[in-house]
Amino acid sequence: MAHTHTEAVHEEHVHDASTKGIWKTFWILLVITIIEVGLAFLHLETGIPPKWLLNSVFVGLTVLKAFFIVAEFMHLRNEIRNLIMTILIPLLLFVWFIIAFLADGDSWKNMRKNLSPGTPAPVEKVKVTNEEAHH
Amino acid sequence: MDTAVTAKKKWWSGGHSPFNVSYGKLMMWYFLMSDVFTFGALLISYGTIRFMSPSWPDPNAVFKSFPLMGHADLPLVFVSLMTFILIMSSVTMVLAVHAGHMRDRKAVAKWLTWTIIGGSAFLACQAWEWTHLFHEGAWWGKNPFLNVDGTQASTNFTNFFFTITGFHGLHVTSGVVLNIVILANVLKGTYEERGHYEMVEKVGLYWHFVDLVWVFVFTCFYLL
Repeated sequence: MAHTHTEAVHEEHVHDASTKGIWKTFWILLVITIIEVGLAFLHLETGIPPKWLLNSVFVGLTVLKAFFIVAEFMHLRNEIRNLIMTILIPLLLFVWFIIAFLADGDSWKNMRKNLSPGTPAPVEKVKVTNEEAHH
Repeated sequence: MDTAVTAKKKWWSGGHSPFNVSYGKLMMWYFLMSDVFTFGALLISYGTIRFMSPSWPDPNAVFKSFPLMGHADLPLVFVSLMTFILIMSSVTMVLAVHAGHMRDRKAVAKWLTWTIIGGSAFLACQAWEWTHLFHEGAWWGKNPFLNVDGTQASTNFTNFFFTITGFHGLHVTSGVVLNIVILANVLKGTYEERGHYEMVEKVGLYWHFVDLVWVFVFTCFYLL
């Protein structure tokens, strides 16, 4: 292990001495955040863009920010493929987590709305279709 | 370990790390993966509850205060400042890691100090925000804010807010403590003796992760 360390350090000495890339990432993150806050204020003042579009943009920009933090600040971009895949592939589970759980939440909301006391709409509909079937 | 990474290199044939990183750094990545799923579970449960609620409080109506500004209506301003502080501290951390690669002990100490100051400033902001909300009557199990449609809100909103930002704040606190320990070692010359500043990198990974989680918390609680 000690052997590995010394050589790893030796490799890093060859690294670029400039901090340009770091500051570039900082400006990207800052600009994205400013865009997010700006869009939020635009929506508060004018109601444009519509909420669903605004939220999609927010989620997209958040993932973009996450990409820059992980790739640049955490140097994952410069690691070898084995490590990158070890980190990224398990994250695919989140695709299912998010779709499944949010859909479940939405379904609960609809059931609470449609089945709460004093909500006759669906029952009537069923009756009408039954009567039509009898004729 | 070969310095030239070629496509034909047999990573799994033994004799070197198949991930081309030290054991400690790999384990930090694995720990962060477990933390990703912890925070992911918390945020997804928040999303699930929000999706199953007929209505929800408007974040812009709740988080609209700024220290010393009285009752001025300033949505997003304070949390933007907090976000800026945390991004900035992430930059100073990556500069500390960079200085470590250059074996520049003084620069490592300088940038670590700035990171500690940034982390503490973020925690101070969060302490102010929590205190302010508490005085407005919000806490676990107490929610004074109405839903967007004017109906009485459940306590889900405050419960999730305090739990998730609290858990994140706890991570920031641990990060600041780790940074202080690392700074003490840098000043003592521990890493100079060891011949490398890899410990700064490992704590750096943790610190960037804390920033990463905040990016998602910021979106989920303040923007959406």
